Amino acid sequence: MTTADRTDVAPAAGGSTTAAPQPVLEARGLVKRYGRVTAIENSDIALYPGEILAVIGDNGAGKSSLIKALSGALVPDEGRIYLEGREVHFRSPMDARHAGIETVYQTLAVAPGLDIADNLFLGREERRPGVLGSVFRMLDRGHMRTEAKRHMSELGIATLQNIGQAVESLSGGQRQGVAVARSAAFGSKVVILDEPTAALGVKEGNRVLQLIRDVRDRGLPVILISHNMPHVFEVADRIHIQRLGRRATVITPRSHSMAEAVAIMTGAAEPPEPHLGPVQQEEGR
Amino acid sequence: MSSDTGGPGGGVAVAEPAPDPAPHGFDQRHDTSLLLRVQHVLHAQPTLGPLAVLVIAVVAFSILNERFLSAANLGLVLQQVTVIAVLALGQTLVILTAGIDLSAGAIAVFSSILMAKLATDAGLPGPLALFLGFVLGTAMGLANGLLVTLLKLPPFIVTLGTLSIFFSLNSVISKSETIRGADMPDLLPWTGNTIRVGGFNLTYGSIIMLLLFAGFWYSLRWTAWGKHVYATGDDVEAARLAGIRTDRVLLSVYTCAGALYAVGAWILIGRLASASPNVGQEYNLDSITAVVLGGTSLFGGRGGVVGTLIGALIVGVFRNGLQLAGVQVVWQGFAIGLLVLAAVAIDQWIRKVKA
Repeated sequence: MTTADRTDVAPAAGGSTTAAPQPVLEARGLVKRYGRVTAIENSDIALYPGEILAVIGDNGAGKSSLIKALSGALVPDEGRIYLEGREVHFRSPMDARHAGIETVYQTLAVAPGLDIADNLFLGREERRPGVLGSVFRMLDRGHMRTEAKRHMSELGIATLQNIGQAVESLSGGQRQGVAVARSAAFGSKVVILDEPTAALGVKEGNRVLQLIRDVRDRGLPVILISHNMPHVFEVADRIHIQRLGRRATVITPRSHSMAEAVAIMTGAAEPPEPHLGPVQQEEGR
Repeated sequence: MSSDTGGPGGGVAVAEPAPDPAPHGFDQRHDTSLLLRVQHVLHAQPTLGPLAVLVIAVVAFSILNERFLSAANLGLVLQQVTVIAVLALGQTLVILTAGIDLSAGAIAVFSSILMAKLATDAGLPGPLALFLGFVLGTAMGLANGLLVTLLKLPPFIVTLGTLSIFFSLNSVISKSETIRGADMPDLLPWTGNTIRVGGFNLTYGSIIMLLLFAGFWYSLRWTAWGKHVYATGDDVEAARLAGIRTDRVLLSVYTCAGALYAVGAWILIGRLASASPNVGQEYNLDSITAVVLGGTSLFGGRGGVVGTLIGALIVGVFRNGLQLAGVQVVWQGFAIGLLVLAAVAIDQWIRKVKA
């Protein structure tokens, strides 16, 4: 679970070359229908090591269904999902989480009345060793607090004065920080962020963007769902455009402008050849 | 986290943190107004308000009548609140999950009748009758929990229905007749026996009550279950997304509450030295009153059992103190009602606290 472990997630199993690294998370031919409505129609997606992949698309393009399939919140009717080359079947969000995929939902999923440390460990609390833990089910609060502090300061969210502060006393950006820190702390393979900047002001939005970059730079690839084009173009390495239930194309912020991306998204422009495979990372980010 | 940006009160409005050591310095504002600070303190320590009320009430009543503070009278107050406190403990668990249990008193009274009937009419030995009474009370709580989680009905409606059902069954089985404690095996009214602790007459029931509060204080504060109870009450959807099986939490809470009401039934038999089907109509609401006065929020996720114990004591102290001060019994309810309204208003105000 240390940073060192995470950075060497990247190389593929077969020891193959750097030319075509294996996607960390990949889905092929996903289909999901709700009665007569088709939410995703034969959709693909691939996330490569060390990248931020943004997913954009109009309402009803199937972004959220696609993401839910990856995070275990829905089971696709058809198609396959591969994590590090191995096929996986997620029946619930917990399955995906156990496999190392952490999702920060738009609704944040933090408990406002609990403190920061409690929230970081919500649903996976640690108990004291020995009889206190096994018989009396006593929580190891000291250890969880220390760990929480470490995770928060690793991500540079250090000005929070008190790890025992209730989350509801934090600003929107700080709460988002807690949610992102939780996913970064426990996600060993992939972090999925659903509209993380939607409810935030400009300043706080930028801080959360920096947080997302930090998560990637620590070696965790990120899938970012967002409606905010400037934010997408600012942080994404590649941009997956979802349209009419399938992947229209994949572009990069360098290959296309925001206006072009929106045109492709809405069907006003023909989608170009998708940029499959990771972006060459020569320039400084 | 180590760097404290100015002590409390030393807030220089919303100054930019100059050379920010952290890349994402989410800055912290400091409120300086006294009222806001009180709001913050109450928000962080929800039991402080009720404690202040209790202390003020005790001081006021002891001035009004010097007999109030005598050990004998305080022991009496504790005896008077014991049953309500145990019911309120179960009620606290339910309210922490943003639910409500209108059937608390009904389960307690019905359980006490069942225990007594099993021990007398059915002729079972005391321990067995008591045990079966616990099991049946717990089952009633479980039934509430199943209706809330499986049928997804609002707790208010579920317990309104079961309240009526349990009281009705209670009348059927008891034939509306009181069973005297003298006719029961000694174990059932045992909780009414007292021991003297430094001038106080402490009943075994009160001791059981205090032990239960200690146990649930620990469970809520120091176990994952407790955290899950709070998280479920705070925001059930968020808790579910965080991987908590909220239905199981709810089921466990209603079941625990049922078990606690059954213990309350045992203490009730000791207190009345009988099992009467006609008491306890007011216990349902009294248990809620104690919880609310103790600072636990009806909206869930906030409060705790220490507050509830204080809340129960406030009710007891007011009833007893007003009586000693010569206020007519009919006005006691009036005073308690005002307290409840004040408590809820303050809770609403505290909830509006800003970062």
